[in-house]
Amino acid sequence: MGDPMTVPAVLIEGLRHVYPDGHVALDGLHLAVAPGERVAVLGPNGAGKTTLMLHLNGVLTATSGSVRIGGTTVNRKNLHGIRQRVGLVFQDPDDQLFMPTVAQDVAFGPANFGLRGEQLADRVARALAAVSLTEQAERNPTHLSAGQRRRAALATVLACDPQILVLDEPSANLDPVARRELAETLLGLDATMLIVTHDLPYAAQLCDRAVVVDGGVVVADGAVNEILADGDLLAAHRLELPWGFAVHS
Amino acid sequence: MGAGAHPLYRHGDSTVHRAPAEVKIVCLLVFVLAVVATPREMFWPFAGYALIVVSVWQLAGIPLRWVLPRMLIEAPFLVLALLLPFAEGGDRVEVGGVQLSVTGLYAAWGIVIKGTLGVAAALTLAASTSAAELPAALSRLGVPAVVTSVLVLMIRYIDLLAAEVGRMRMARISRGDSPRVLHQARAIAIGIGALFLRSYERGERVYHSMLSRGFDGGVPDLAVIGAPPRAVPIQWVLTMIPAVAAVGVSVLAWVIR
Repeated sequence: MGDPMTVPAVLIEGLRHVYPDGHVALDGLHLAVAPGERVAVLGPNGAGKTTLMLHLNGVLTATSGSVRIGGTTVNRKNLHGIRQRVGLVFQDPDDQLFMPTVAQDVAFGPANFGLRGEQLADRVARALAAVSLTEQAERNPTHLSAGQRRRAALATVLACDPQILVLDEPSANLDPVARRELAETLLGLDATMLIVTHDLPYAAQLCDRAVVVDGGVVVADGAVNEILADGDLLAAHRLELPWGFAVHS
Repeated sequence: MGAGAHPLYRHGDSTVHRAPAEVKIVCLLVFVLAVVATPREMFWPFAGYALIVVSVWQLAGIPLRWVLPRMLIEAPFLVLALLLPFAEGGDRVEVGGVQLSVTGLYAAWGIVIKGTLGVAAALTLAASTSAAELPAALSRLGVPAVVTSVLVLMIRYIDLLAAEVGRMRMARISRGDSPRVLHQARAIAIGIGALFLRSYERGERVYHSMLSRGFDGGVPDLAVIGAPPRAVPIQWVLTMIPAVAAVGVSVLAWVIR
C-alpha cells in the first residue's frame, strides 16, 4: 500500500456505470484526491456527478473499474467500513433527515457503526455543536428552516466521523446568510472533501482544486481559479459564472 | 411546536402527557379490547366508558371543541353502520313508518358506539404523545424494528407528502384548474400518479442516505438520545387506571347481563 502520506484518499480508475435502462452515466472516469484536499466537482445536469458520488461509498456498484478509499478497494465485503470512512450529504436534507428529532437522526449513523450510551450521546453533541444546532436537538426536522435542515443533514454525517466528506449541491435553496454560515462550518473541518455543485463562486470559496465532469468522464482538472477563469472550457460544458462575477487567477 | 409534533398532537404538560408512552399504548389497547368485548345489547356500560375517556380528556386538558372535529375521521364507517338496520333480516320494528331490522339496529349501535369510543381513546393517545416518543416506546414493547421504522418513516414523511400535494394543487389552480369540474378529474388523477412516482423516488433516496450511514436492516436502539427513561412499576400502575376501570365495567356488564 506504500506510505500513508502518498496513498490517495480517493482513487477512481476507469469507473463505468450503466443504469439498468442502458443509460451510461459514467464512462471510464479517473480521479485521484489526496488526503485533506477539497475538490469541487463541476458539470452540467446529467453529467454523472451524483452517480459518481453514490459510488464513493458503494451505494451503487461499478459496472467496471474500481474505487479505492485510502488504498482499500470498495467491494461488497467492506461496505460497512467504507461507509464509516466516506460520508455522503445528499442534496435534499429531507432525504437525509427521517427520524422524529434532529438528535435521533444524528445518532442514527454512529449507532449503526456500533456506538452506544455515553459515547453515542457525546458524538451527537459534538456533531450538533459543529453545525451550531445544539439548541435544536429535540426539534422535528420539519420545523427547521432550510439552512438549519442542511446543517442538520451535515451533522448526521459528521457524527459518523468520516475521513472523506462528499456533499451534493450544499448551497442549493439556501439564503445568502445560511450559505455563508454553511461555508464557515465546512471551512472549519479538516476532512477530505468532494463538493458537487453548480454554484461556481461557492466552489471557488471552498475548494483549491476543481474537476469538470461531462459525459461520464473528467474533462478538466486543475486549480479552481484557473478552471473558472477559462470561459471557453466552462461554456463547452454548460457552466458559467453568475452575471457580474469574474475570477482572477 | 416541540419535538416530534404531528398533526394530531396537542402540546401540553399534563399528567397524561408525561405518562410513559409505552404504558399509554398498552392502556389504549386494553381499553379498546374491554369496549369491544362488551355485549352490544346493553347501554349503561358505554356511558361508563365515555365517562372514563372524558375524564382523561379533562386531565390532559383536551377541550371537546378540539377533539370532536377530529373524530369525524370515523364518518365513513358510520355511514356503513347506518345501512345495517335496513339491510339486515330478522325481527322488524316500525319507526316512523319505516320497517327496521332489530338485529340490524343493534349491530349499527354496536359499530357506532364501539367505533366512536375507540377513535376517542386513540385520539387521546395521539394528542398526548409526540412522535419522538414512539420509536423507543414501541421497541420497549417488543415491536419488531422493521415495523417501528416503517411507522416512524410514515409519520416523518406524511407531512412532506401533504405539503407536496398542497403545492401541486396550488400550481394547478394557478393555471386555471377548477377541481370541482368533472372533466378536470383527469388532471387530479395524473397528479396523484406523479405524486406516487415522486414518493417512490424519494423513498429510494432516503434508503440511499440510510445505507450511507451504515444501515443494515436493523434500527439501532436510540433510547439514550432524547427518549424518556423506561416506565417504572408505579407509572405502570397509575397510567393503567383508565384501562383497569374499563375492564371493570366490561366484567360487570357480563356479570349482571
